[in-house]
Amino acid sequence: MYEGVVQNLIDELGLLPGVGPKSAQRIAFHLLSADPADVKRLAHALLEVKEKVRFCRVCGNVAAEEECRICRDQRRDPHVICVVEESKDVVAIEKTREFRGRYHVLGGAISPIDGVGPDDLRVRELMARLADGEVTELILATDPNLEGEATATYLARLVKPMGLKVTRLASGLPVGGDLEYADEVTLGRAFEGRRLLDV
Amino acid sequence: MSLYRDEGVVLRTHKLGEADRIITILTRRTGKVRAVAKGVRKTKSRFGARLEPFTHVDVQFHTGRSLDMVTQCETIRPYGEPLVSDYPRYTAGTAMLETADRLTLGEKEPALRQFLLLVGGLRTLVDGSHEPRLVLDAFFLRSLAVAGYAPALSECARCGAEAVRAFAIVAGGVVCGNCRPSGAAVPAAETIALMIALLRGDWEAADASEARNRVECSGLVAAYLQWHLEHGIRSLKHVERGVAPSEFR
Repeated sequence: MYEGVVQNLIDELGLLPGVGPKSAQRIAFHLLSADPADVKRLAHALLEVKEKVRFCRVCGNVAAEEECRICRDQRRDPHVICVVEESKDVVAIEKTREFRGRYHVLGGAISPIDGVGPDDLRVRELMARLADGEVTELILATDPNLEGEATATYLARLVKPMGLKVTRLASGLPVGGDLEYADEVTLGRAFEGRRLLDV
Repeated sequence: MSLYRDEGVVLRTHKLGEADRIITILTRRTGKVRAVAKGVRKTKSRFGARLEPFTHVDVQFHTGRSLDMVTQCETIRPYGEPLVSDYPRYTAGTAMLETADRLTLGEKEPALRQFLLLVGGLRTLVDGSHEPRLVLDAFFLRSLAVAGYAPALSECARCGAEAVRAFAIVAGGVVCGNCRPSGAAVPAAETIALMIALLRGDWEAADASEARNRVECSGLVAAYLQWHLEHGIRSLKHVERGVAPSEFR
């Protein structure tokens, strides 16, 4: 084992996801040999992220202020809300440049087997946002796996009495794949959601 | 045995690393297997949706040192697809998977009857002919019976007398007035009759039962199950009763 402080650093780094004992040791020695200014910048960034970043009070996305950048942007369509599981999904959708509405981050998906029910997600906040009637369409963009589908079903059932348009992201064949490798569920969905080729 | 093939139902999945998952699967011949599915979370994974919970699959494993690896997989029947579109059925289904997982303690110990019971339970749940909570309670009671914990329902669990008064979880079922421990529940006679019907698979009688007896039955069965498992079933508190019983008469 190393001297106290070095071992401490290795132990702390080893707690990060995907970092094993060997990687932790490598990073620790890299930091030891790095320029003090670089290390200070890293330490500052770590502290700053914990101090400044919080969750947007409107949508639940990570934000540097009370409200996130998207919720503050007046040019975004306030009539459409896209519901996602995590902040990472907001970034993924933003990269497509297809969507100009607003988001709502649930903070996970309903998974009874893991003890996660609707009350553990930001469902109540979503209902409060829908209550004023400004929103006309709700896009359910939860993951296309079992938990995500169940969450979408639950939300669709919950907002049905409000009479707004509820849509679900399409699922089907991935672009660039082979049809023969598609599984039955995915291929079935692709058939279900086939569209008219208007040429 | 480096490669082996079996069919099974996916009970649950855990994320592993960047794009992999650990799949817990209850197989017909091998029993419960935990195996790694490489790259299953990538959109272009060749496994696709085949290794989602509830899916009945034909799968080939490669024996590993600690965990096996899924090498090939074909769907036999995707039970998850019809279940997710119906929330009460979905929650009942997750409670089934969790119970099957809890009841098969050892890995690779054949549990054929539990497997057949699970497949049968999921099939009944999907075909929608009975109320989901009834199907779930029937599954619980029969799983307990398979595991050797069947509750005594027609005669006293302690002395075998026929005049039963109460239901005592600690005693292992219904008890007579003399054997009754303190704190034993006193359910309606119809509730006990419903439990017997569910255990025997007498759906005609079960479907004709009253709502209050169903609620009482669910409460007793859940408490009995969790007492014997020495563990709570987390999905249970999220199970919805769903459609009113009258619609299933």
